[in-house]
Amino acid sequence: MAIQLPIFMDYHSTTPVDPRVLEEMLPYFTTTFGNAASRSHVFGWKAEEAVEHARERVAKLIGAQSEKEIVLTSGATESDNLAIKGVAEFYKEKGNHIVTTVIEHKAILDTCKRLEKEGFTVTYLGVGKDGLVDPDDVKKSITDKTILVSVMLANNEVGTIQPLEAIGKITRERGVLLHTDAVQGIGKTPFDVDKMCVDLASLTAHKMYGPKGVGALYVRRSKPRVRLVAQMDGGGHERGMRSGTLNVPGIVGFGKASEIMRLEGNEEAARLLNLRERLRTKIMASLEEVYVNGSLDHRLPGNLNLSFAFVEGEGLMMAIKDVAVSSGSACTSSSLEPSYVLRAMGLGDELAHSSIRFGLGRFTTEEEVDYVADLMVRKVTRLRELSPLYEMHKEGIDLNSVQWAAH
Amino acid sequence: MAYSEKVIDHAENPRNVGTLDKEDPNVGTGLVGAPACGDVMRLQIRVSDDGVIEDAKFKTFGCGSAIASSSLATEWLKGKTVAEAEAIKNSAIVEELNLPPVKIHCSVLAEDAIKSAIDDYRKKQEARRIAGSTITTATSATAVPS
Repeated sequence: MAIQLPIFMDYHSTTPVDPRVLEEMLPYFTTTFGNAASRSHVFGWKAEEAVEHARERVAKLIGAQSEKEIVLTSGATESDNLAIKGVAEFYKEKGNHIVTTVIEHKAILDTCKRLEKEGFTVTYLGVGKDGLVDPDDVKKSITDKTILVSVMLANNEVGTIQPLEAIGKITRERGVLLHTDAVQGIGKTPFDVDKMCVDLASLTAHKMYGPKGVGALYVRRSKPRVRLVAQMDGGGHERGMRSGTLNVPGIVGFGKASEIMRLEGNEEAARLLNLRERLRTKIMASLEEVYVNGSLDHRLPGNLNLSFAFVEGEGLMMAIKDVAVSSGSACTSSSLEPSYVLRAMGLGDELAHSSIRFGLGRFTTEEEVDYVADLMVRKVTRLRELSPLYEMHKEGIDLNSVQWAAH
Repeated sequence: MAYSEKVIDHAENPRNVGTLDKEDPNVGTGLVGAPACGDVMRLQIRVSDDGVIEDAKFKTFGCGSAIASSSLATEWLKGKTVAEAEAIKNSAIVEELNLPPVKIHCSVLAEDAIKSAIDDYRKKQEARRIAGSTITTATSATAVPS
């Protein structure tokens, strides 16, 4: 079968809606279009019923005790904001200290920075070279002023799966709430809010073959009961925690996507791991000076983050422009700074600039993997022929000994 | 970000990729940028005895715009006198390649690379002139246009 171009290998950024998900959503745009908050007629009742069914499916996916623990939102950024700001505001009399990590998504980091301006103290834990947080560091950072620990389930750049279960034991023992931004890991790695002692979890539909613009915040209702201050005022939807008319078709899609993930996630993970390893071994067998960023053992099955030494990431992406991937290179960001995640792992800037993130997903085929592996080998080889650094490396010059004129 | 057609053309078919003998007194080498900043350009010129650039080569570690800027620079350099080459401005590269604001530094780096190569060439010529003048003062005809 001929390869269809372009190839999408950026499943961490988003995913296409699964056709089965779309099919369930469609009637809720046209025929069953009611407002789930309309209590007085059948249109509203039907919409509400669909929402509650979806809520149950989401709850089931993450092992929540009750669907009442699922607060529907517009996506993970909103969920992260609600969790952190909502907890900070409610528990501020109890303490003003929050613990998180340097490799979190900006929705966490920037929310924490805002709270710092408002008088909260935030500890940003580092990670090892493997991209993993040490639970011991969490333990040491907790003080009697700590109200919340927020650690992601899996990192969006290097796919490292954080030791949440060990962290959950610590936070539970110390009586501190644990929040996790779970968007990248849900359905791809085991996640269970009870087993991991997670009190709040941010989810989003579009990273798991559901639609964009819908997500949820899991808020534990018992042992302990988590309280939040709503961050948006209005009609008091979602038990007062999140006002705003519910996005019924989106929520229905989110529910179906959750159901598929719950039933097929394990099998899919095994398939993706095979494909990921196929891609990795093919590339690394044919090219020297290629490095895997982050732990291979504690990693999302569909994630591969490689640094191709002596080749710049954006230049490489341009050379493979029929394949959608992303890079930690500064050139891809407006800030001209390379990836803060790779830097936090102690990777030198030059290797951060040379990094490419491959994200494999539900619709990735073996043919695509083989095509991309072959393309990478050819294009990296070509760009190295163009690279003064590679030439110097071949001449035996230690690039670290050169006095570069930084600009 | 969408690239201009000219950037894509230069990045996919870079002109004048290669290496000149950096020990050759008629060759000037400029190496600018830093790996940690994400771009390094090496640009080389070989100047004839009458001060005309007869060959130019480059190698670049960088994004597509950096590769295109240096590729274009080598095209422009060939056939120019050193003085003409020195007058090449980054703004001309920006215009020719249609570089967006975030990529202007690539053109600046290319201009720096040209200047640095010329500088190296002049230093070599000066060294040769001084060395030559101790033997005979009459053969310093390879005057550097200034």
